Amino acid sequence: MKVLNPFIAVLVLIAAGGLLGMSQGTQFLVGIVLPCVAFLVFIVGFIRKVLDWSSSPVPFKIPTTCGQGRSLSFIKEDRFDCPTTKADVIVRMFLEVFLFRSLFRNTRAEVHDGPKIVYGSSIWLWLMGISFHYAFLTIVLRHMRLFTEPIPFFVPVIEYLDGFLQIGAPVLFASGLILVGAAAGLMARRLIMPQIRYISLPADYFPLLLIMAIGITGMLMRHFYRVDITQVKQLTMGFVSFSWNNPGGIHPIFFMHVMLVSALMTYFPFSKLMHMGGIFFSPTRNMANDTRAKRHINPWNDPNIKPHSYAAYEDEFREFMVGAGIPVDKELPPEPAATEEEEK
Amino acid sequence: MYDKGTVLTGLAIFLVLALSAVGYNMIAGDNNKPEPEKPKGYTSCVLEKSEMAKSHMQLLNQWRDEVIRDGKREMVPAGDLMVEKSLQNGCLHCHTSKVKFCDRCHEYASVYPYCWDCHIAPVEPAAGKEAH
Repeated sequence: MKVLNPFIAVLVLIAAGGLLGMSQGTQFLVGIVLPCVAFLVFIVGFIRKVLDWSSSPVPFKIPTTCGQGRSLSFIKEDRFDCPTTKADVIVRMFLEVFLFRSLFRNTRAEVHDGPKIVYGSSIWLWLMGISFHYAFLTIVLRHMRLFTEPIPFFVPVIEYLDGFLQIGAPVLFASGLILVGAAAGLMARRLIMPQIRYISLPADYFPLLLIMAIGITGMLMRHFYRVDITQVKQLTMGFVSFSWNNPGGIHPIFFMHVMLVSALMTYFPFSKLMHMGGIFFSPTRNMANDTRAKRHINPWNDPNIKPHSYAAYEDEFREFMVGAGIPVDKELPPEPAATEEEEK
Repeated sequence: MYDKGTVLTGLAIFLVLALSAVGYNMIAGDNNKPEPEKPKGYTSCVLEKSEMAKSHMQLLNQWRDEVIRDGKREMVPAGDLMVEKSLQNGCLHCHTSKVKFCDRCHEYASVYPYCWDCHIAPVEPAAGKEAH
């Protein structure tokens, strides 16, 4: 089964993190070497991928048009669904990146008795996707408390809002539950819906399982296994100051968590997770629908092949066109009168 | 490379965000570990020091439930001493200063517990007051 191998891979990562985290000697490996290497791979891999994409030409102008384009003045234009200017494209991209608008537009067709077909809005995927992404962002920003000293103002604000339910001590953060819940929902979608299951690959399951494992180990560490956060911070401050400062006595679950995050960072540039950068390179989203106003030149056109206009084409083949009865813009020149007389 | 300006601007934003913590640490970083002030004249707490460092908040929550909801107010041993299951009369009996004890680590770890929404923080000596 396509889901089994990714699942085993995540279990192996958890076991490796736990084992390496058991003794002081190997903690060095998983506690600083691995995360630093993983972060480097993430940064360099990300940049390489983006540079690779940016050197690929876009041969055609292919924005998806989801509304009325600019036309006559009395026809209402749908600016953000069929953008014609750069400013409109920027607004469309903003809505896409921050609100996942194209997922929100998802519809579903159902056949009812009659028979009649009914189209309805279906926003479950959007809901799970957007809650997952914003929970992830919140968690990343919250973790900045471990990498900054003094801690910048926004971290306590986010923590206060995230923990406003005031459940337990240390307080339960809503973002953790939302992240794992939404990832579980996205996982269930791939496993339960037959058509989605059919097209799902190990590369679809692995990141979901990995991120769920990260969320679960994080919450277990916070609420059940307990680590001394001041010790953890002494260690994590080593990531940003490039030093190794292990106070010792940190529970192996912390190293499991770090191992999984390192795996995520390493995996990132080589996987579908690159949609983080890729969204900006989507020609169906980032191009303006202005083909009638501006000519799009295919960058890989051979400069030696000159344009061949219709007028030139007709000049070349007029005789044959007229012979075959095809209408032409310009008629054949009248035959010289002398020849006509001779034939008579 | 196509759209050079836009791509490089985007990559620059990515790099700045990704390396912001490293940069912040270089400019404003302070890597001193917190030193909470130990109470004078007492040597043992209700649990081992390492346990208290990790899980004191869970113990306080448990005490709250036991005392407020179940009425179990019996004293707890801390070495030779018996202490009340209470923040103000228990913990603060020995750890007299919130600023010099609680806040040291809490600020380091960005922890702002809501204990003091209801409990009255101890009056700090003059030096502590200035810090507020």
